[in-house]
Amino acid sequence: MSKKLIELNHISKSFDNTLVLDELDLYIRENEFVTLLGPSGCGKTTLLRIIGGFEKPDIGSVFFDGMDITMLPPNHRQVNTVFQKYALFTHMTIAENIAFGLRIKKKSDAYIKDKIKYALDLVNLPGFENRMPDSLSGGQQQRIAIARAIVNEPKVLLLDEPLGALDLKLRQEMQYELIRLKNELGITFIYVTHDQEEALTMSDTIVVMNQGYIQQIGTPECIYNEPENAFVADFIGESNIIDGVMLEDRLVEIGGQKFACVDTGFEKNEPVDVVIRPEDVELGEPEGGQTEGTVTSIIFKGVHWEIQVESIIGITFMAQTTQHFPVGKRVGISIIPDNFQIMHKPQSEDEEKLIEE
Amino acid sequence: MKSKKVRVLAIPYAVWIVGFTLIPLMFVLAKAVTSPAGGFTFDNLLAIFDPVNRKSLILSLLLAFISTVMCILISYPVALILKSSKIKNKKILMFILILPMWMNFILRILAVQMLLSKNGIINHFLTMAGLSPINIINTPYAIVFGMVYDYLPYMMLPVLNCILAIPDDIIEASRDLGANRLTVLRRIIIPLSLSGIGSGITMVFVPSMTEFVIANILGGGKIQLLGNIIEQEFSVTMNQHLGSGLSVTLMIFVLLTTLLFGRHEDTNKGFVL
Ligand SMILES: Nc1ncnc2c1ncn2[C@@H]1O[C@H](COP(=O)(O)OP(=O)(O)OP(=O)(O)O)[C@@H](O)[C@H]1O
Ligand SMILES: [Mg+2]
Repeated sequence: MSKKLIELNHISKSFDNTLVLDELDLYIRENEFVTLLGPSGCGKTTLLRIIGGFEKPDIGSVFFDGMDITMLPPNHRQVNTVFQKYALFTHMTIAENIAFGLRIKKKSDAYIKDKIKYALDLVNLPGFENRMPDSLSGGQQQRIAIARAIVNEPKVLLLDEPLGALDLKLRQEMQYELIRLKNELGITFIYVTHDQEEALTMSDTIVVMNQGYIQQIGTPECIYNEPENAFVADFIGESNIIDGVMLEDRLVEIGGQKFACVDTGFEKNEPVDVVIRPEDVELGEPEGGQTEGTVTSIIFKGVHWEIQVESIIGITFMAQTTQHFPVGKRVGISIIPDNFQIMHKPQSEDEEKLIEE
Repeated sequence: MKSKKVRVLAIPYAVWIVGFTLIPLMFVLAKAVTSPAGGFTFDNLLAIFDPVNRKSLILSLLLAFISTVMCILISYPVALILKSSKIKNKKILMFILILPMWMNFILRILAVQMLLSKNGIINHFLTMAGLSPINIINTPYAIVFGMVYDYLPYMMLPVLNCILAIPDDIIEASRDLGANRLTVLRRIIIPLSLSGIGSGITMVFVPSMTEFVIANILGGGKIQLLGNIIEQEFSVTMNQHLGSGLSVTLMIFVLLTTLLFGRHEDTNKGFVL
């Protein structure tokens, strides 16, 4: 595994007496594509700004390559940022924008010229040297912002919802381009988004945040398949989140009925959250299932149908299948043991509230 | 459709321009190129080369220039400090800064006179502190002081507006790319605030150059700016033709400065007055 490039130790930050980041620990490895994912206002931008040097943590320290950089101003950090609103210099041409960092480093004119051409080719905008930022579309401006950052060959690129303002198609195109860039340049990406699909598509590692806490860190597969708590499960993809009781190892009770699962290590009769992905809820003939229910709604989603089934054990399941079941039809419901995700209930009332929101 | 509406709305403005600007201007131009006897002449325009008039013109230009530079030197740091401060409601502070503008112009100058006069407030405090009193009333310095005091808000407002309108993330982006504070000032803030400075220069330099009331009150009638000479041609000597000729000469200088510094204004987006 590659070495740790950035380490955040016990970072806390408040604004106007509101705690925005609470004793946060995180490390980022060299060449990793890390995504900070979480709902609006959870502190993603603040965390990114602390790494970029635009905000000082109240407590805690930031290490870069083993060196404490907590107090280092942004212009001395080997980190470059792509801002959410592009932040291009409107009074300069595209070439001057891209050259900005290089001129400060007193690079030669020939070097700068080469670099500008290289960067514009890289972001697929060759020949844009003499245009003004205002004359470019949002997607083009975004790509210039990326070009302006990468010509400085930063060790780390920070991107704050760089695709937030773009339409779906352009966003998908840019996602591919960013992944290509990352592979070509071999730099570490720290990427902020609140779009879970984007996070799942692009990242090596996802950091799920909520209200200043890290909820889970893991690979996209791990976060999707094994969410550690109901918040993560709910935030990443769609889920059935059901109250249950863990009767014993590998046996959970929901709606008064016992289901086999694979989880162990819970207290006897511990109340738990049970998470089931909609694609794991299998529908069939009424007699064939573990329980049965009635279809109350069906919506076409393109690849699959999304179906609500009201079961006789009093729980409404959401299922996704490629088969069509008309409203009112009685169906059997089965879920294989592997597809139950059992989670401890949140400890404090505070956390409970977060999840309900 | 839209252009028609705009044209209708422009009518009062057009009437105003024609009635109160163009027609009087024609009169002035006509008088400037005629003699009291009635014949066509360039004498009134060439009168600017008369040593007395030339000296006044140079003094007017000089004092206006110094006042404008001082207004920039005062406004710019204030705007920079306000920009970087964490104060939430900067617009209120801005309002307080330009509050003197709401007071009558003559009153303001009379106040400055009381401040600067031989037995004025400043000298009162200086003597109390055991220092020797200053003697600047009835000198060009007093006039510059009055002009700066009077016209500062007209510089402050556009400069402040312009600088506060620079998005923070542009400044952060330049810091991110390695710029230290001086480079940010040189390559980002100054270029992006030139339009504000340009408007400020026009709005301070032009009235300063044509000024005569401040010179009368704070100069004690001893210092003749070109504005004073023109005023006297109209009200004392009653030679409207000479007065008009000098006015036209002055207007050419005004026009030149406007052309020189006003050209930024159309690129100025954040500017509201
Ligand atoms: N400069 C500031 N002054 C006061 N409060 C701030 C400041 N910056 C951020 N906050 C507050 O801190 C909290 C976290 O903000 P932050 O911008 O980090 O959220 P975010 O996760 O990036 O959200 P979003 O997805 O909406 O961009 C918010 O409640 C916000 O109001
Ligand atoms: Mg944000």
